[in-house]
Amino acid sequence: MSLRARLGRLPMLLAVLGALCVLSAPTLEPTVATAASLRTILNEIEEEVMCPVCGTLLGLAESPQATREKAFVEKLAKEGKNKDEIKQALVNQYGDAVLALPKSTGFNLSAYVVPIVAFIVAVILLAFAVWKWRKAAGRQEDREPEVEGPSDEDRKRLDADLARYDL
Amino acid sequence: MRPRVIIAIVAAVAIVALLTFGLLSKGNSRLADGETAPSPELPKLTEHGKGSLKEYRGKWVLVNFWASWCIPCRDEAPELQKFQEEHAGSNFTVVGIDTQDLSDDGNKFAKEYGLTYPQLHDGNGDNGHEFGTTGVPENYLLEPDGKLAWDEPGPVDAKILEEHVVPLLPPAKKEA
Repeated sequence: MSLRARLGRLPMLLAVLGALCVLSAPTLEPTVATAASLRTILNEIEEEVMCPVCGTLLGLAESPQATREKAFVEKLAKEGKNKDEIKQALVNQYGDAVLALPKSTGFNLSAYVVPIVAFIVAVILLAFAVWKWRKAAGRQEDREPEVEGPSDEDRKRLDADLARYDL
Repeated sequence: MRPRVIIAIVAAVAIVALLTFGLLSKGNSRLADGETAPSPELPKLTEHGKGSLKEYRGKWVLVNFWASWCIPCRDEAPELQKFQEEHAGSNFTVVGIDTQDLSDDGNKFAKEYGLTYPQLHDGNGDNGHEFGTTGVPENYLLEPDGKLAWDEPGPVDAKILEEHVVPLLPPAKKEA
């Protein structure tokens, strides 16, 4: 093939290469993004569910059961299930105890309400105690005897002494 | 007595009561010989619907708690299947309870080892805790009235089954 013919094909080759680059770019980008979001979902779920056998967060567990649970979560995430759907699937398999945080409905709501109520009651009790303590301290101050000045006799003696030393 | 002292005593008693309750509720006592086994309804593992150990009243039942992720269960499963085939007369059956396991994994395990005896799925492990299990595998032999006759807190093999289970089974039912 002559050099001229080869050079004639160059623009076509460049065009093909350019097209390949353009086509490959959008396919690579989502793959990377999907892997990253998958990892994010897995990390988040592993912090929010338990390994029922080990009694620790799934993210901290290394037992064979935890390994299977992690694989189950990964499989569902790869199928495109969102976090809530995956957690529900885990509850279907292992029951509510698989959730690291109790649900905010029914009796489980008390897990969130009781600490808040306890905190408010504690603050009220503390404020009441401080108020009472300060009130008692104030009363004590009121009761303290006033400092009496010298008696008339002492005053006269003091005046006499001062007069004696008056230069 | 001053109100403050009363409040302090009540608070102390409440804290001690809570601690005691916490300790008692955490410790799951193991099913004792002669005690009736808990038999709540559980999903069936290898078929649809629910089942319970109550369905097997009238038979001797060897309850086997297992899980697909449990390594010793892999050695035990063929032994139990063989025992079931040898003794599955009208009055004995093994019942497997797949505990704290994914149902798909449990199903695969049952298929892989060709387990034909009934299987229940105890996903959250509550039934196991009611028996007082501390892990898997564990085995409990129940009399026909559902009371515990013998238990093994670990895997069983042909030798253990011959020594401990076979003598308890009624002679007429030993051979299928």
